[in-house]
Amino acid sequence: MKIAIASGKGGTGKTTLATNLASYLSESEEIVLCDLDVEEPNSSLFIEGKLVHEEDKFKMIPEWIEDKCTLCGICQKVCNFHAVIQLGSQIMVFPELCHSCFACSELCPVSALPMKPKKIGRLKHLQTNNLSFVESKLDIGEEQAVPLISQTQKYVDKHFSDQVIKIFDSPPGTSCPVIEATKDADFVILVTEPTPFGLHDMKLAAETMKALKKNFGVVINRFGIGNDDVIDYCKKENLPILAKIANSRKIAELYSHGELIYKKVPEVKQQLKHIKNYILKLEEGGEI
Amino acid sequence: MKEIVIISGKGGTGKTSITASFAYLGGKDIVVADCDVDAADMHLLLEPDFKNSEDFYSGELAIINYEICINCGKCAEVCRFNAIQLNKGIHFIDPISCDGCGYCARVCPVEAITNEIQNVGKTYISNTKAGNIMVHARLGIGADNSGKLVAKVKNEAKRIATENTAEMIIADGSPGIGCPVVSSLSGADFVVLVTEASVSGLHDLKRVYELVKKFKIKAGCIINKYDINQMLSKEIEKFLIEENIVFISKLPYNEDFTKAMTIGKTIVEYENEELKTIVIDSWNKVKQILT
Repeated sequence: MKIAIASGKGGTGKTTLATNLASYLSESEEIVLCDLDVEEPNSSLFIEGKLVHEEDKFKMIPEWIEDKCTLCGICQKVCNFHAVIQLGSQIMVFPELCHSCFACSELCPVSALPMKPKKIGRLKHLQTNNLSFVESKLDIGEEQAVPLISQTQKYVDKHFSDQVIKIFDSPPGTSCPVIEATKDADFVILVTEPTPFGLHDMKLAAETMKALKKNFGVVINRFGIGNDDVIDYCKKENLPILAKIANSRKIAELYSHGELIYKKVPEVKQQLKHIKNYILKLEEGGEI
Repeated sequence: MKEIVIISGKGGTGKTSITASFAYLGGKDIVVADCDVDAADMHLLLEPDFKNSEDFYSGELAIINYEICINCGKCAEVCRFNAIQLNKGIHFIDPISCDGCGYCARVCPVEAITNEIQNVGKTYISNTKAGNIMVHARLGIGADNSGKLVAKVKNEAKRIATENTAEMIIADGSPGIGCPVVSSLSGADFVVLVTEASVSGLHDLKRVYELVKKFKIKAGCIINKYDINQMLSKEIEKFLIEENIVFISKLPYNEDFTKAMTIGKTIVEYENEELKTIVIDSWNKVKQILT
């Protein structure tokens, strides 16, 4: 079963929830936690484990072979992303614009643009007791997170059975990286805070999840601050509120030190239990 | 005219609250650009009037004409995004997976596939309650090309700033280090990094600053919630010295930050003299650096 944790607005507590929930669930069963926020992955700051595997990740880009090229111009014409440009008697490839669609390479009549791997990031796999942890980090300067997110999910699919609960920490926002990180999820948890920013961005995230036809619920973090608008919205839209994590300076302090919160704050453990029960019920009911 | 971009790497560090405060203090001398097009929030504090709007078109989506399609499956063979699937003997395009590369249309032997340019959002030019002009946008649900929309917002802001001989553009960037952030950094004169005193805050600050370095842009930093972890706050200050980043200010953990936002006010409009003073000083410092 795949559970994605997403939010819309950044800094609402996605990573806090992902790491605490994964660690808590792993006390009773085998869990996989995967950090798909490849631009700024933070889960590893809260999880200790033994490194079992690491590998570089690549995307495929065309490489120009001058000797073979007849300068027919087809490559430039077929590239919708302006990643291949003909300048005089030169073909220029712009790797950061390339979407790896292979069109230029395969439609080149003389095979002068073979696809070659280019490193875009690094994947790490850690293990501790019942918890497996996988994260990928995008290389600085690489603009596209989507290929790395997709490959990281493939790694998880290949190495762990469908029966295991997998928790995916997603990137913030509502655009392509979030879609990539949530589109295969059986259930999505949207983490928000009860403020105008939290509500505004949660509405966008909820609309995105509806467009993806996802089954999803809401966790309210920093509960007690702000106003009741998030709760009213959830009621109106019939969105289940799975848990409320209280606004507290102590929690912010524990987080700032890289500590798991539920181990020191019993109320948070109680809230995680609510989420666990909700997920188990969905599973029993065959809904996910 | 100078261009300042405010980014953070990590989300939720107080970036938008600080940008909106700077915008409020800058008044009519500045143009505001909300480049966090993915989850734009600055309008909640600056009350823009959404006076002018324009549709934003970018990227393509493949469409199959079934009156022509012979169901040969060549399109699905070449698609690298698994966007063309076979269901009950018919090939169909999954619009969420389609990347708009157009490869399928080029190999279709009967020309049954066309690519349609997509309306992926809207841009707005507004007057705000602070007396400045603000350029902002809304990206459509699940839309691609946020980098291009950011570029559009920035270009519009530049055009307006030039026309009105404004002193400055203040741009609120998005979290992360990917295409929208890269797009917001291009052409900037100064970057304000807003971080928080947490392990995540420092980790993400380091990564986003690596990116800023590639652009060779001068940077300054504001540390938010410095007192939730004073040791880490010192560590951040040490990092700033090592990297020659200007230390602008540090703000304490204070719920008034959130309380101000809840009633739609910037920090400088809210009754908390301590926070207000720090933010005003920070703004003056940024202006000083740029002149």
